[in-house]
Amino acid sequence: MPEPTTPNALAHTAAPTIVVVGHGMVGQRFLEALADRGLTPAAGAARVVVLCEEPRPAYDRVRLTSYFDGRSPEDLSLVERDFMERHGFELYVGDPATGVDRAGRTVTARSGAVFPYDTLVLATGSYPFVPPVPGKDARGCFVYRTIEDLLAIEEYAKGAATGAVVGGGLLGLEAAGALKGLGLSTHVVEFAPRLMPVQVDEGGGAALLRTIEDMGLAVHTGVGTQEVLAGADGAVTGMALSDGSSLAVDLVVFSAGVRPRDQLARECGLAVGERGGIVVDEECRTSDPAVFAIGECALAADGRVYGLVAPGYEMAQAAAEVIAGGRSAFTGADLSTKLKLLGVDVASFGDAHGAAEGALDVVYSDARAGVYKKLVIGRDGTLLGGVLVGDADQYGTLRPMTGTVLPVAPEQLVLPAGAGGPVALGPSALPDEAVICSCHNVTKGAICEHTTLPEVKKCTKAGTGCGSCLKVIGQLMPPPEDAGLCGCFPYSRSELYEIVRTLEVTSFAELLDSHGREEARGGDGCEVCKPTVGSVIASLAPTVGASGYVLDGEQAALQDTNDHFLANLQRNGSYSIVPRIPGGEITPEKLIVIGEVARDFGLYTKITGGQRIDLFGARVDQLPQIWTRLVDAGFESGHAYGKSLRTVKSCVGQTWCRYGVQDSVRMAIDLELRYRGLRSPHKLKSAVSGCARECAEARGKDFGIIATAQGWNLYVGGNGGATPRHADLLAQDLSDAELVRLIDRFLMFYIRTADRLERTSAWLERIDGGLDHVRDVVVHDSLGLCEELERMMTDHVAGYRDEWAETINDPERLRRFVTFVNAPHAPDPSVKFVPERDQIKPDLELLAGPVLAVRTLEGTAS
Amino acid sequence: MTTATITTAQGTGFVRLAHGTDWLTVCDRALLTPGRGVAVLLPDGDQAAVFMDRAGQVYAIGNRDPFTGAYVLSRGLLGSAGGRPFVASPLLKQRFDLATGACLDDEGAAVPVFTVRTD
Repeated sequence: MPEPTTPNALAHTAAPTIVVVGHGMVGQRFLEALADRGLTPAAGAARVVVLCEEPRPAYDRVRLTSYFDGRSPEDLSLVERDFMERHGFELYVGDPATGVDRAGRTVTARSGAVFPYDTLVLATGSYPFVPPVPGKDARGCFVYRTIEDLLAIEEYAKGAATGAVVGGGLLGLEAAGALKGLGLSTHVVEFAPRLMPVQVDEGGGAALLRTIEDMGLAVHTGVGTQEVLAGADGAVTGMALSDGSSLAVDLVVFSAGVRPRDQLARECGLAVGERGGIVVDEECRTSDPAVFAIGECALAADGRVYGLVAPGYEMAQAAAEVIAGGRSAFTGADLSTKLKLLGVDVASFGDAHGAAEGALDVVYSDARAGVYKKLVIGRDGTLLGGVLVGDADQYGTLRPMTGTVLPVAPEQLVLPAGAGGPVALGPSALPDEAVICSCHNVTKGAICEHTTLPEVKKCTKAGTGCGSCLKVIGQLMPPPEDAGLCGCFPYSRSELYEIVRTLEVTSFAELLDSHGREEARGGDGCEVCKPTVGSVIASLAPTVGASGYVLDGEQAALQDTNDHFLANLQRNGSYSIVPRIPGGEITPEKLIVIGEVARDFGLYTKITGGQRIDLFGARVDQLPQIWTRLVDAGFESGHAYGKSLRTVKSCVGQTWCRYGVQDSVRMAIDLELRYRGLRSPHKLKSAVSGCARECAEARGKDFGIIATAQGWNLYVGGNGGATPRHADLLAQDLSDAELVRLIDRFLMFYIRTADRLERTSAWLERIDGGLDHVRDVVVHDSLGLCEELERMMTDHVAGYRDEWAETINDPERLRRFVTFVNAPHAPDPSVKFVPERDQIKPDLELLAGPVLAVRTLEGTAS
Repeated sequence: MTTATITTAQGTGFVRLAHGTDWLTVCDRALLTPGRGVAVLLPDGDQAAVFMDRAGQVYAIGNRDPFTGAYVLSRGLLGSAGGRPFVASPLLKQRFDLATGACLDDEGAAVPVFTVRTD
């Protein structure tokens, strides 16, 4: 948090002082607009004081609900880390303005501090409207406006089971989404006869209603709240509705609209509208020429109070330009909006209700699929506006075309694919002056001056508001010039996979010389393409007739050291060993063998997250001796070193657990043995849970299986790590055979199409069509590939051999396991250990030589 | 720092490495796999990493990865960029030019180079 600089009266005598009251989204945009114009303390042009009521600087209020997607309050911040210091703005958080003396031109803050101003800018925003119903102040009644509101709701919800939201508009549905995210059974009460009455028409409301009810929310339209009922302890127990019915709820959120916060202006005698809002002219100036008002607190020159962020941003820009001595005007804004409410796309733009004389509607409605699209067309064929519910992909192209005659028949734009439409009306069809980002008023022409999305965001701010235009911006960017794997190949991993598969190339050198970049042919490849091609050839080995053993022939030179030594390299040059323990099930005898091996070789022993045991601290020359013991006891490679299947975790399942409904351990073992050794673009993790309690954490895996009373549910694309992602349901209530067949297809399709080091989670997010496309391909066989995918997996299963058993039985292969080529029996003097908690750890002091100090792994990782 | 002398003699023979005033015999050429390295224990206890590229040329650099201190460069993957051979450290993937020892990813880092010959 920026430390406010100490006000220095002398230093500010020359430059004018601007005081900004309110540091919300619009206040911050105003500061950025000042900075853009050089009107900053850092430039010596002004003193700027910002008074912020909330305990934190401006954040993205529009995405408040995304807090439940795992975003922290910090993630929502709109203020760059050093923004305030860089420009010299004085920000006082948690210290709102309490009074304005217009005659003396000073503002008093709650802390008692008094700030003189030359120009005052009011950006106080709005407050939630709470209807005056009895019981509205009972414990358990909330509003939904700030991060603090949200944290308070979250805290109270811990002791609640059912919640109600009063208001079925945009904010109400956001709040309902928040309650649902907190696990509450949720009601929405809307006085109007439909949801989102301002934005959508009756048909759109109906589509929205159906989809939202399908999500398990109870919607009550056309009824008002008469009273909030409370128990003897003062806590909410229910609501009485105007139709005589009542709801039993533990928590009520009022989200029935907002009102401009104009109290400060009223108290100091500025003109305010009859229904609230600080009266401003087109320059955003109030009845006092030294005072401006912007955003939701202002009653704009067109007589409206705008409750959306985009018009607020426009006002911020206009006011900053005027204060900087320029000319600008805010004459009104269009109320177009696109949102994702509870996962449903909702958009409206232009004259959405067809209010214009002679306007005609073109409507497509599919209540079953929850899709509703309406275009409002003028008599002359001009697009006047529209409403899109359930599928708002076209918003980005249609909104900028508002006011023009469409280049195709409007019905073609609303019909679904396969029914004569939709015509692909890409952003290339838009004129340069079309506004793509309405939050920051950025045109297509301005965006097309840049070539990458980060550059566009940085230079034009487009896409940094509500984010609804990001898809169109992406389509306007030129494709990256070179999608090649590395400096050696101009092809992606999936393209190389197809080349290897169709041409049956079995050697890296052959592939490099025939398909490498001109300048790389005849060379040695690099550390990126060698393991990648090695993995592709290994994946396809049974199909293209290559050896499946990863250390055979030329393959040996392609593998990373882990694959080369069939063990995991650790920071001091020693290796770790993970024997396969399928499903995490192990006999006492085998457990004893692992203990004995670890003891005899002095290895550090730790249980892994995947229900296996990792043995650390082996030298290269010890690996074959250790594995001879392990293989003799019936162990095989766990492939912890490979980009391949790691482990299939399991809970104990039906056999022992009183809740279990299927034998999860048996299924985990079957799957682990089926897919062991399968080389893939990245590691593969899996788990099987025996009931919906999900003790095996299957939804955090690349493919996770959860038992149902009827069979198995298959989830795909889960991940833990730095970017956690819950796996998506691919198919449900599968028999054993159906489950295995689907996983076969899914894995082979992933291996075929993923990029290098792309986990299934990232792959699923990236590929066109996402989960639906993958489901079409592997469940419905839309590409006619399934037979081939299944055959390839059958080949893999039939061709599997344990790499370690093959290695220790082959003197030629064993030759590589020496530390020194000129002293095969000498132990590596640089691999030494020191004691730690009754075991060993690497002796790193030994490695810190005179050349460079040892850096931490974090310090040099790129 | 010396620069590597590279011979391209094919077939069998011994790989020798300049050490002090002597040539240290490392191993039979046939023990080298194109594209991979081996580690060599030097009489003074230091370690070298010896590589053979696809064309049969042999290079030797210090085995110690200066970024982590571990003696592991011999286990890195060999590659070529712009016709120059390099090895990528198996730990954090920094690349080192096999002919000069210079780190291609950090100007401040380098590894020693040994003169090698094969006969």
